[in-house]
Amino acid sequence: MSPSRLELSAQLAFSDFTVNIDEVVSLSGITALFGASGSGKSTLLRILAGLERRAKGRVVFNDMVWADSGSGTFVPAHRRPVGLVFQDGRLFPHLTVDGNLNYALSRSPKDQRPIGFEQVVEALDLSTLLERKPAGLSGGERQRVALGRTVLTQPGLLLLDEPLSALDVRRKGELLPFIEKVPDVFGIPAIFVSHAVDEVARLADQAIILVDGQVALRGELPDIFQQLDMHGFTGNFEAGAVVEAKVTGHNTQYQLTNLDLGGRALQMPMVSSLKSGDQVRLRIRARDVSLALKKPSGVSIRNCLPAVVEEVRSEPDTAFAEVLVRVGEQGLRARITRQSGDELKLAPGLEVYALVKSVSFDRRVLISARA
Amino acid sequence: MADLGPLWLTLKLAAAATLILLVIGAPLAWWLANTRSALKPVVEAITALPIVLPPTVIGFYLLILMSPNSALGGFWVSVTGTTLTFSFTGLLIASIFYSAPFMVQPLQSAFEAIGRGPLEAAATLRASPLDAFFTVAVPLAARGFLTASVLTFTHTIGEFGVVLMVGGNIPGETKVISIAIYEHVETLRYAEAHQLSAGLLIFSFAVLFIVYALNRRFPINVT
Repeated sequence: MSPSRLELSAQLAFSDFTVNIDEVVSLSGITALFGASGSGKSTLLRILAGLERRAKGRVVFNDMVWADSGSGTFVPAHRRPVGLVFQDGRLFPHLTVDGNLNYALSRSPKDQRPIGFEQVVEALDLSTLLERKPAGLSGGERQRVALGRTVLTQPGLLLLDEPLSALDVRRKGELLPFIEKVPDVFGIPAIFVSHAVDEVARLADQAIILVDGQVALRGELPDIFQQLDMHGFTGNFEAGAVVEAKVTGHNTQYQLTNLDLGGRALQMPMVSSLKSGDQVRLRIRARDVSLALKKPSGVSIRNCLPAVVEEVRSEPDTAFAEVLVRVGEQGLRARITRQSGDELKLAPGLEVYALVKSVSFDRRVLISARA
Repeated sequence: MADLGPLWLTLKLAAAATLILLVIGAPLAWWLANTRSALKPVVEAITALPIVLPPTVIGFYLLILMSPNSALGGFWVSVTGTTLTFSFTGLLIASIFYSAPFMVQPLQSAFEAIGRGPLEAAATLRASPLDAFFTVAVPLAARGFLTASVLTFTHTIGEFGVVLMVGGNIPGETKVISIAIYEHVETLRYAEAHQLSAGLLIFSFAVLFIVYALNRRFPINVT
């Protein structure tokens, strides 16, 4: 699928903040629109979908002008080939699941229906839900139906407004694989709004970071995670780095998977679906990384990677400091106390060992090795 | 046995007024529920007037408006050859004005309760505003439509003052059941008055009972 081009310049004032964007974005796969609550993410999606008539500016998608306040052009929501999945699903309570899906399909252009009803039902596992009313569905099921319904409008662009935020961790886990495969299976680029780092790390190919209605940072994953001053966006608990590693094999005796990270060996709990040679994306949280000056012995932590300090960022009014280190080409972040930082005399260029306590695998195989 | 003519005339009037008010009232209620126009409170106040004004006041102004000497009444005479006053058509027009709040207000509340959400969803699913109105707003407001229609229908049946002012007492044309009862009482024919009154009482109770019972047995899920 060739990338779609989205030109978006928008100004819209609210009582407490103003959205002010001027970007040209190339869209393919999943683009995350990431930021804290109230940073204008949902508003941007509403502007794209045509639900904010008051917005000033221009929206051009693949040479189709959807809005241009200068010339007074405004294509209303129902004439835009764009699909929006709402945070709360917004299924029609008076229709069954089947009725909801057909509501969308029957209104899509008759001569342009590459996505079929059966295909969506199968991809999103909806066959057992078809006769049911939305009131009887779980949160995850509702969002699956909402996703399927939107896909059946045959959109050229799919917008997802925090479709996971109303779900608990287990339901989230059930829904993620479906969202993940939609752009690939149906060939539609998606913009995914989220304020959760783990969702962005897992799903996105590129990310746009919004702060107070403005674009603060934009780039491809995983690089953007290393540029990102995560504090302020995500809180200290989830802050970390996203790295790419290559699977080198499994240790079946101890149930471990061996990985190559920037030329260094790394282990994580075994994921048997991975094959040797697969490229995977890992997320390593800053609070799970410790630093040592010498290679320690007699510790339980298995992952000990030689690294070079790149930057030490102290947080003045707290006990903590963030340290950026390089492992080969890849960057890691460590969260340590300022006291440790001073005692170890950490400074850029210092050679250290990064002790990684835990690695979370984002289940996304970037490049699959040929079997 | 009392003459049943007034009963049929009443039912015909109430049914016609309800149907016409559905057609006029639903778009009006929809507009009121969604508009940010400065005209909204003006229109709301006008629609609510019949609730507070004595029927005689409404009847008096309608009588003047529809009299052959007025613009509207004169136009009607020149087109149809008959007068609006003291005719079934005039009575119907008066009933529509008089019963309008009972159609518009429950529908407006029902539309407001739905909110923008489902209609925005319909728009993103490529439904035009008119399409979304009929396929989403109307089904979701089904209970409001039922309440509004029943209130309008029964209120038209019970109307007296406006009919007396505008329609008078012409059998088969404007002599509705409330007028017939009044006439029976005036002429001391209590037996006939009893029959019509009891009939109206039982009918009204039966209709309301069925509606409330249906509402309870088949709740419309709007979650």
